[in-house]
Amino acid sequence: MLKTFKTGGVHPPENKLSAGKFIEVLPLPASVFIPVSQHIGAPSIPVVKRGDVVKTGQMIAKSGGFVSANIHSSVSGKVKKIDSQIDASGYMKQGIFIDVEGDEWLDEIDQSEELMKEFDLNGEEIIKKIQDAGIVGLGGATFPTHVKLIPPKGMKADILIINGVECEPYLTSDHQLMMEKVEEILVGTRLLMKALQVERAVIGIENNKPDAIRLFTEKAKEYGHIDVTALKVKYPQGGEKQLIRAVTGREVPSGGLPVAVGAVVSNVGTSFAVYEAIQKNKPLVERIVTITGKEVAKPSNFRVRIGTPISMLVEAAGGLPENTGKIICGGPMMGKAVTSLEVPVTKGTSGVLLLKKQESKRKNAIACIRCSRCVSVCPMGLEPYLLMTLSEKQIFDQAEGNRIMDCIECGSCSFTCPSDRPLLDYIRLGKGKVGQIIRTRKK
Amino acid sequence: MSITIVYTIVTLSAIGTSAAVILYFVAQKFKVYEDPRIDQVEEILPAANCGGCGYAGCRAFAEACVNATSLDDLNCPVGGNETMSKVAEILGLEAVKKDAKVAYIRCNGTCDQRPKTNTFDGVGNCAVAALVYGGESDCQWGCLGYGDCFDVCDFDAIELRADLGVPKVIDDKCVACGACVDACPRDLIELRKRFPKDRKVVVACRNQDKGGVARKACSVACIGCGKCEKECKFDAITIENNLAFIDSDKCKLCRKCVSVCPTHSIIEENFPPRKVKVEIEECSTAK
Amino acid sequence: MSNILTVSPSPHVHSGDSTKKIMYRVIYALIPAIIWSVFVFGLDALRVTFIAVAACLAFEYLIQKFLMKLQPSVTDGSALVTGILLAFNVPAGIPWWIIVIGALAAIGIGKLSFGGLGSNIFNPALVGRVFLLISFPVQMTTWPVIRQAETDALTSATPLGILKEGLISGKPVSQLAGELPSAQDMLLGITGGSLGEISALLLILGGLFLIYKKVITWHIPVSVIGTVALVAGAFWLTDPQSYIQPVYHVLTGGIMLGAIFMATDMVTSPMTPKGQIIYGVGIGVITISIRLFGAYPEGISFAILIMNAFTPLINTYVKPKRFGRK
Repeated sequence: MLKTFKTGGVHPPENKLSAGKFIEVLPLPASVFIPVSQHIGAPSIPVVKRGDVVKTGQMIAKSGGFVSANIHSSVSGKVKKIDSQIDASGYMKQGIFIDVEGDEWLDEIDQSEELMKEFDLNGEEIIKKIQDAGIVGLGGATFPTHVKLIPPKGMKADILIINGVECEPYLTSDHQLMMEKVEEILVGTRLLMKALQVERAVIGIENNKPDAIRLFTEKAKEYGHIDVTALKVKYPQGGEKQLIRAVTGREVPSGGLPVAVGAVVSNVGTSFAVYEAIQKNKPLVERIVTITGKEVAKPSNFRVRIGTPISMLVEAAGGLPENTGKIICGGPMMGKAVTSLEVPVTKGTSGVLLLKKQESKRKNAIACIRCSRCVSVCPMGLEPYLLMTLSEKQIFDQAEGNRIMDCIECGSCSFTCPSDRPLLDYIRLGKGKVGQIIRTRKK
Repeated sequence: MSITIVYTIVTLSAIGTSAAVILYFVAQKFKVYEDPRIDQVEEILPAANCGGCGYAGCRAFAEACVNATSLDDLNCPVGGNETMSKVAEILGLEAVKKDAKVAYIRCNGTCDQRPKTNTFDGVGNCAVAALVYGGESDCQWGCLGYGDCFDVCDFDAIELRADLGVPKVIDDKCVACGACVDACPRDLIELRKRFPKDRKVVVACRNQDKGGVARKACSVACIGCGKCEKECKFDAITIENNLAFIDSDKCKLCRKCVSVCPTHSIIEENFPPRKVKVEIEECSTAK
Repeated sequence: MSNILTVSPSPHVHSGDSTKKIMYRVIYALIPAIIWSVFVFGLDALRVTFIAVAACLAFEYLIQKFLMKLQPSVTDGSALVTGILLAFNVPAGIPWWIIVIGALAAIGIGKLSFGGLGSNIFNPALVGRVFLLISFPVQMTTWPVIRQAETDALTSATPLGILKEGLISGKPVSQLAGELPSAQDMLLGITGGSLGEISALLLILGGLFLIYKKVITWHIPVSVIGTVALVAGAFWLTDPQSYIQPVYHVLTGGIMLGAIFMATDMVTSPMTPKGQIIYGVGIGVITISIRLFGAYPEGISFAILIMNAFTPLINTYVKPKRFGRK
């Protein structure tokens, strides 16, 4: 019996079209747009100005607070302007435009592929380096990693969970990274364990990636204290709380941090970035992105510099298919639909998905028949049908009482509703309103 | 038979009497004094319960009025000065004259001015759309057009205009309760001073992008050029974040700014048609 | 751009399941029982089913179109299900006009007066049945003889009817047992009764299909049948001369039809598994109370309607287990 989380969950068609495609390096774009807000928390503050010449890996914006992250230039060239442009959020966001000239890296960055296993830094030094390198959670939530590594006073982590679940349909970037960079990820995991001072790490991988499970089980033996757990395929297992429940059986309390139950979760991509930042001095300037879709000529996995417009990815995968109806940054369950191909790849972009016209339109919503499927699939044990009605009718006190703030916006309810009701649309709206009410109450 | 009737009457009378006694003492015990003026004030109020005064309803507002020592901060936008002076009379206080206000939706991005660049396929609700992205046009500041303001208006003072894509306020019905101001996720609606005959001069735009970007998204966008600011003799116009704003308290409705605006983002409404100026100018140059 | 993109909030994919598909799955699950009823009652069964379905569809369409001024939604299959279930709840020999009145009560009062699909509090087919049972008690309890019976009589009685009459007239159970069909016959459906309630076996098969297709869960059927068996069993153990074995209670009458197809109606049953068990136990207790102590020989339809009324209350107080809360 494979482990999994207990409450709810769905199993959308996997459609992992780009599985097993080796990671290719995407050619450098002519210019990049690097938004200053690529993470959860305060936007970063630009430290370069128009006309400055920057090298790859050079810091161009420093973090704007504790919960924030540095941003580094992903290319070498000249800063064209600091202006706003649309990004995956659907709004104009401030960012730094750089015209690419050559590809000159900072001298201290080691660009070789050579594996470096040994390290002699202590925990604080590791955290400092992670913070300097601007590493954020690469699974999509983009929470600054150094913040996770420093638990609040009185709390202590005892287990590190590495998220190799990749439960979103279509996406394969983590899977492919695991297949190609197994040792690097394991070294990164050791580094994170050291930083957190934990004795045990578990890598959770869903059972639809048997090759990765085999590979990691074999290699992890050499590193010690790292276990690999095969998990039953179920969405949203990649959610932090669900993964902790699946691996350890502990439930993060409502409104609490994962470290409250002694667990810290980090994505495999983040582990790899940590490895590169510490062993190779390489800040977070590129990431693996899946470009996929049923009509896409060549679904593939690319290593992409941050700030590259997604149009280049689409070109490299064989061009925009004729009947594209929707472009999604991220996976189909939680990704954001974008309006333009000029949207840049940011730290949180795990994939770009092109949907056909037929797949893009929702069906018309009809009356709720109270089939209770939304209740049975909700991984947080909520009642989406009720929360939707309460949000729609603006009864926010009851929505709060029914734990609307616990919603993780995984979309299982809308996915499963046989009446095609826009449950999550309204719940997200209500969540925003209730959040506002709670904030004003605290003041 | 007759004894049954007697018993019935006696029992019922006993129950009735004891209940009355108990009720009397309970009523004495839990008696709450209520200022009779609250009822009087409530009588005068429009009973719209719109919340425009900032209180939960007309009753709550009446209580606030009665408890207040001055009426400076209390105003019923629906009833206006007339109602407030009556309230002041009852309470023996002084009512402050406040300018009547009217809501205005500051977006003129109608379908032909603001080309549609994508389709939104979610719940037809401005707040939901605003959570997702900038909207169906390239302007991320303008009206989303799903009518959240229309939904909250208790006075039928907002009409949805499918032909325009932007709702319009019906001045005659608007009571300036401010419900729509809070409902609009784009902060487009402003309560402006109500001028005679509902005349207005207003910047019908909230686009804070740079001129070029704004203009590309919408042909009637304010580009923040500042011509109106220079033209205005009453310091009513300020430019901030590439956007002009006309302070209705200072505006004298001279309409000079309307003529100089290169993108026609300043709008005049309910004025008689302008005289043709071309001839006058010719005369003056002839002098 | 000629190719205008669509933007919508996540999720961008859907399971593809629909309300219509759910309704049709219920209909597939009912088909074996329909065929069996034709086998047992002859073409009369088909006549009743056809009239009930046609009347329900017609009333749904006409009321939505002309009274409610809505776009009629007859194609969603819900009126079809109501029609079949209504037919299952009446005797095969019932006059056509009574069925039409039942359909009007079911669709008009039971469903559309509350606002249509999803808004009704009571199971529409049961509203129709109970309306008819109270209005036309004679016609509703005149059971035609099944074709398998070797008798010249024109009408027969249901096992529960025999039992009730017998016990009231003071006969002990041991004597009545001879007049009742065997448990095996009742399981297969060689017994008198309403159209759809006779074959327990085929109804269980339909229920298993629905559970397999995830239309219903096991909670309601199991808790209803389990409660009936337990309570009836308890009485039987205390006094076997006045109370019959629980297996008769489970296999006769509408228990199977009610527990599997009527009580599980999504609209009128609670949302959480815990709530569904409370609801199921409630139905079981009320059913057996009516059967043993009430005036009617059968009580499941009343029991379901009563528990339907408690559903909003159950939904308010029985919440799913929240993640991260004790």
